[in-house]
Order: sequence, then C-alpha cells, then structure tokens
Amino acid sequence: MQSQSTYNYTVVRQFAIMTVVWGIVGMLVGVLIAAQLIWPELNLASWLSYGRLRPLHTNAVIFAFGGSALFATSYYVVQRTCHARLFGGWLPALTFWGWQLVIVLAAVTLPLGMTSGKEYAELEWPIDLLITVVWVSYAIVFFGTVFKRKTPHIYVANWFFGAFILTVAVLHLVNSAAIPVSLTKSYSAYAGVQDAMVQWWYGHNAVGFFLTAGFLGMMYYFIPKQAGRPVYSYRLSVVHFWALIFTYMWAGPHHLHYTALPDWAQSIGMIFSLVLLAPSWGGMINGIMTLSGAWHKLRTDPILKFLVVSLSFYGMSTFEGPMMSIKTVNALSHYTDWTIGHVHSGALGWVGMVTVGSLYYLIPRLFGRTEMHSMKLVTLHFWVATIGIVLYIAAMWIAGVMQGLMWRAVNPDGTLTYAFVESVKATYPYYMVRLLGGTLYFSGMLIMAYNVFKTVAGQKPAESVIPAVSGAHA
Amino acid sequence: MDINLVRSILTAVLFAVFLGIVLWAWSSRRKSDFEAAARLPLDDDLAEQEMAGNNGSKGRAQ
Repeated sequence: MQSQSTYNYTVVRQFAIMTVVWGIVGMLVGVLIAAQLIWPELNLASWLSYGRLRPLHTNAVIFAFGGSALFATSYYVVQRTCHARLFGGWLPALTFWGWQLVIVLAAVTLPLGMTSGKEYAELEWPIDLLITVVWVSYAIVFFGTVFKRKTPHIYVANWFFGAFILTVAVLHLVNSAAIPVSLTKSYSAYAGVQDAMVQWWYGHNAVGFFLTAGFLGMMYYFIPKQAGRPVYSYRLSVVHFWALIFTYMWAGPHHLHYTALPDWAQSIGMIFSLVLLAPSWGGMINGIMTLSGAWHKLRTDPILKFLVVSLSFYGMSTFEGPMMSIKTVNALSHYTDWTIGHVHSGALGWVGMVTVGSLYYLIPRLFGRTEMHSMKLVTLHFWVATIGIVLYIAAMWIAGVMQGLMWRAVNPDGTLTYAFVESVKATYPYYMVRLLGGTLYFSGMLIMAYNVFKTVAGQKPAESVIPAVSGAHA
Repeated sequence: MDINLVRSILTAVLFAVFLGIVLWAWSSRRKSDFEAAARLPLDDDLAEQEMAGNNGSKGRAQ
C-alpha cells in the first residue's frame, strides 16, 4: 500500500550521498596527480604512480561522481514529472549496488595496472559486462517509469536523460567490443585508425551525452524549480534537444586532427563541432533566461548562483570547444595543457557546479527539510569553487598556449628552438597555480560534505506522496 | 546503388526531419501543450506542501 502511493526516494538518497563521497575521492586523486606533475617524488609506488592514477581520477569523477549524480537526479526527476513510482521493483536497488560495485572494481583494477588502454573506457572486459547489466537495468527502470506516467507530457528533462541513457548504452557496447585473452586482459576488436575513430566517436559522445545531455536534464528541472518559474522557452528546449542529438555524433574526429584519419573525416568533425555552437548556446540562453524577471534571486540564493554559473561555464567551454576543433587552432592547442584547461572548464565549471547546485536543492528534500543546514556554507562553497576553477583554467590556458608556441618555434636554420624539457620547465609555475585551484575546488567539496552531514544527521528519510490525480491542465 | 549515395540521401533526409521538428516546435498549435509541459516541474504541489516547503510555490499560479 505504502509503496503504491509514494515515490522511491531510497535509491535517490543512496545515489545522492554517494555522489558527494565519490566526488571527494575522485577530486582527491586529481589533486594528488596534479602534485605529482610538480614533484615526481610523489610517485611512491607503481600503483600510486601518475600513469595508473590518472585513469582512476577520470573514471572516478566522470562515472562515480558524475554517474551517481545522474542516477540520483534522473530517478528523482522522472518520478516527480511523471507522477509515478520508479518502475521495476528491486531493479533500482540493483542499479545502485551494481554501479557501486563497478566503481570499487575500477578503484582496485586501475591502480593495479589492468587496463584496456582506451581513454575513459579503460576498464577490462568483465567490468564492462557488469556495466552492461547495470545500464540495461537503468534503461528498463527509467523508460518503464516514463511509460507508466500519469502526466500527459514527457517533460523535456526526461528526454535529455533518456537520450543520455540510450546513447551511452550504444557507445559502451560498440567501443568496448574486445577479444579477451585472460580474465584481466583483452584487445580491442578494431585495429589501426578504425580503432582510433571508434574510440573518439565514443570519447566525444561520452562528453556529448554523458557529460552534456544528462546534466542538461538536471539543468532543465532544477533551474526552473529553484527559480520558481517555468523554463524560458519550451519550444527552444525541444529544438535544443534534437539539434544536439543530430549534431554531436559527428564531432568525434576533431580529436584526431593531423593523424592517419582521412582529411575529409577530420574536416567533417571540425564542421560539425562548429555547428554545435548553435544548440549549445541555445540551451545555455534558455537556462539563463529562465531567470528573467527574477534576477534579484541570483543575489541572495547561492543554489541559483551554482546553477547559473554552471551555465556560464557551459557557454564558455562550448564556445572554446568549437574554436579548438578548427584545424589551425588545433595545430597549436592539441597535446598541450590547453586541452586540460578546456576539459576542466567543462568538468569543474559545468558538470561540477550544476551537480552541486542540484544536490543542494535535492538533499534536504530527501531528508524532510526545506534547505541545507547552513546556507552560509553553501555560499562559501560557491566562492571557493569558483575561485578554484578560475585559477585552474587560467593557469592551463597560459601553460597550453606557451607549450604550443614553444613546440612549434624553429630557428632560421630549421632546427627546433626549444627542447621538449624546456617547455616542461617553463610549465612549473602554472602547475603550481593549477594545484592551488584544484585544492580550492576540492576544499569546496569538503565543506559540502560537512554541510550534508549536518543536514541529514538525525533526520528521518522523507517520504513523498504521489499526487492522486494527474497534473493540472492549463 | 552505391552505398555512399544511400548515406548521402539519409543525411539529407535527417536534415529535412530536423527542419520539420523545428517547424513543428514553432507551430502555434503546440503552444498550449508546451505551456502545460513547461509547468510539470512546478505543478507537483501536493508532495511539495507535504514537506512544508515553499520553494517553487510560484508554480501554483493555476
């Protein structure tokens, strides 16, 4: 009876709390490897060396922190906008425990050096199979809930979440296709430039659908909710959705400029990356304009600050990305720390800030409160994180452009002006600034963890009743 | 037929589909449906009241 009339908040709570936990773990590893680039002595053991910890960092922040956040928010949003309890009985619990098992296995195997060597898809084949089971369960739960909805419409956030789930399933299956030679080692089913193209078709769409579409789903629910007004233009959100879907799939080749990939494929990748600027900025404007007429809330509400600044970083990095995909710009930027700066402008600025803002809205409501224990600490977190990001990306921009210029400099007789190691030496000051920025961002997560603990400690888990009659018609 | 011709035609068809979606989204017939859909996050007031929250209270305008 109870389970018939309330939303499933249990799994949302579990994923929301684990988002904070994995955020701290993943960012701590990030801080450590940033320090290792300055002090190589910190490579204390083979399993603590940069080469093994770097994939651990990326997997932890993308799939453990980002993934848990996406599970939590998609499960919350799909229930509340469909007026339906999560479909599938014990399946949501299976996705939680299954996903945590994947994360733990990643945290064990990657430092041990077990890797398939594909960026953002390093996990070996037995873990890939487990991911597939969890992901299919996730799709069944999510689309099952959409299918049994009591509301006439499928809210736009659910379209974004749905596209993220479907696309990641396809990407994972195709890119992880491999031939196992033992329990812990496999080789890609593809070879040569095809393998590279499959990898970056996966890699860029992991950015486009995991780190963009999923988090846009968050944006389309939590910004209207926190601002107390509907999204600026619903029709723009529909066009935003389809434009992203039709365009993102083509952009992957920009990761392979000036490689063995045919020139025409590189050019297509570049052109579609430039086209992507339009839907990206359409979505950003749609989110920010939702606040029009309520701009004053931005002064006082730190949660809105997180959400709107996340959109500003989304706009910045989706402008920067297309620029960097232009082949002549890429000739300067590729393989330099500019790329690292670009990624973190998207990861810390967009993905991190929209997640944190959404969690500050979500967590008190999951524990029967209306707001966090301390909104002052939320404001403090906002400023610490923002200053951290600015230091991080500014340092990497300068370092990256400097490296690109040093590498391409030639003397009149055609010899290289600088040895590679000179560019490494020149980068040290910027690595220090990056470490400072990353440490600040990490400290923000610790402030959040304390605030979350004080918010949920001693609170009973909240139950929320599903409205009996379907949503009001205008 | 050459496979690349099929691919080119498919690309053109998909582009036409996209233009169709844009026209559909901007047609005035969709306006009221879209307005109702846009209110979905704001209209779940029952659960909202139960938690004694006042956030999103503006969503009760209807």
